Amino acid sequence: MKDNLPKATVLTRIALGFALILSAFPIYWMFIIATRGNDVVGQVPPPLLPGGNLGENLERLWDMRDANFVLGLTNSAIIATTVTVSVVVLSSLAGFAFAKLRFKGRDGLLVTVLLTMAVPLQQMGIIPLYIMMVKLGWTDQLQAVILPFLVNAFGVFFMRQYAEQAIPDELIEAARVDGCSTLRIYWSIVLPALRPAIAVLGLLTFMQTWNEFIWPMAVLTQSNPTVQLSLSNLNGAHFQDYTLVFTGTALATLPLIVIFILFGRQIVGGIMEGAVK
Amino acid sequence: MKQNRPLARAATWFDLKAAPYFLVSPYFILFAIFGLFPLGFTVWVSLHDWELAGDREWIGLQNYTDLVLDPDFWNSVVNTLGMFVMATVPQLLLALMLANALNKRMRFRLLFRLGVLVPMVTSIVAVAVVFGQLFARDYGAFNWLLGTDGLDWKAEKLTSWTAISVMVDWRWAGYNALIYLAAMQAIPRDLYEAASIDGASSRRQFWQITIPMLKPAIIFTTLTSTIGGLSLFTEPVMFAQGDVGGGSLGQFQTIAMYMYEMAFREREYGYASAVAWMLFLLIVLVSLVSFLFTRRIGGTK
Repeated sequence: MKDNLPKATVLTRIALGFALILSAFPIYWMFIIATRGNDVVGQVPPPLLPGGNLGENLERLWDMRDANFVLGLTNSAIIATTVTVSVVVLSSLAGFAFAKLRFKGRDGLLVTVLLTMAVPLQQMGIIPLYIMMVKLGWTDQLQAVILPFLVNAFGVFFMRQYAEQAIPDELIEAARVDGCSTLRIYWSIVLPALRPAIAVLGLLTFMQTWNEFIWPMAVLTQSNPTVQLSLSNLNGAHFQDYTLVFTGTALATLPLIVIFILFGRQIVGGIMEGAVK
Repeated sequence: MKQNRPLARAATWFDLKAAPYFLVSPYFILFAIFGLFPLGFTVWVSLHDWELAGDREWIGLQNYTDLVLDPDFWNSVVNTLGMFVMATVPQLLLALMLANALNKRMRFRLLFRLGVLVPMVTSIVAVAVVFGQLFARDYGAFNWLLGTDGLDWKAEKLTSWTAISVMVDWRWAGYNALIYLAAMQAIPRDLYEAASIDGASSRRQFWQITIPMLKPAIIFTTLTSTIGGLSLFTEPVMFAQGDVGGGSLGQFQTIAMYMYEMAFREREYGYASAVAWMLFLLIVLVSLVSFLFTRRIGGTK
């Protein structure tokens, strides 16, 4: 199929190269500024090579108590990891059931899941959620940020799509004949077969949770922030100290970039696979 | 050997009948508590003059009637719709062009695909900070590039909307391009071959074959961009250095920002809930309009 495609013209290649530069430059620039001093920020044209100030910038960032940057990073890591594990486990369980098990009301329940995909529920319900957390005394605590994100409809739907085509019915029937329970089938047949989908859903969920902003901003305070909140605070209070702010943004982006370098191919594949439906 | 024991049999029967419900129940339970219940509860809160301490007074539709007469609310509606249009239309056109270019035979294809996705995997707050600097009045790269020295992008509606739309476009164009690319690869090649034999130019093939075949993908991306665009929050908040007011005169305050301001700055939970519901209705309405609009692509066959 690849070779059937028309060959790219020179113009197409140039345009794509240009798009690539536009995509990557702001991030590259951010990392460059993080390694330099404030003197280069207004420089025209902008500097393209890293400098030697990274250590000093990091030290200044660490000392910046009002931003609580280290705590923000730790909190975000805890939140994003917990949410990712939960979404992957619960979505694969439900996805398996919807794809491969027969039960009364299955289609109706699946349609319900689909309908909820279309509504930005977390944003719509933010006020009652906040009132709930206040009543429970959970404001400014991590579980307030974690709990509303433990499941999502997209995850269930994505896993169902994948399980549908990746697991042959015969395999499950054979396991039944051998006397396997449903959970045993999930553990030894379904989970291994879903591995690629788990990788993609895990990565997307981690990124989304890491980037969450409006709800943490509502329910947490600067004394116990996520990394995005400390960044926002840093930018608000020290926005003229560009290298400091840019060192912070670079650090907040670094985990995502590392994930992308390690698993980029799967992410691209997953987005494209998810779209063909 | 198991089949002969009634107890084991009962266990198997139970496993077959009940297990599926156990597997799907965590989703529905958690969703009901943290998704559905808050959504419904928002209606209840919006019908009250609600303060956090628990003081609340039933005022019926008062919040909604106040909202209709609230110029700040309408300002945020205009801003949101303006930025939505400014961000979505060029973004999807750009994505379409990118996908068409990516769908050619060339070396380093994976590299290009990864490249257009880089913006999506960065922290939104970081993106907004970086672009905030690029759009700065003093020493900003955009002013330098455009020769608009000393232009304050934040000061006016149109300039601030442009800056925010650029952030949104930069972040999402590549992602949408990959979705279009996936759909393009599902188009049977012989359609193009037949068209070539009939003498159709590649431009004509693009409009007559590619675009109509992409209709489901276009509808999908339009709907997701509508939901995302109308609930825009992080980019404009960061553009204002973390303030939800959206500039000195609210020139780029979105509905989500106004809702946040009413709830968590003014502590008017009832009023803010009414804003949340209006936002919801607007999303439904605009989604419907964009669905009807995109459905007409490539004729109504």
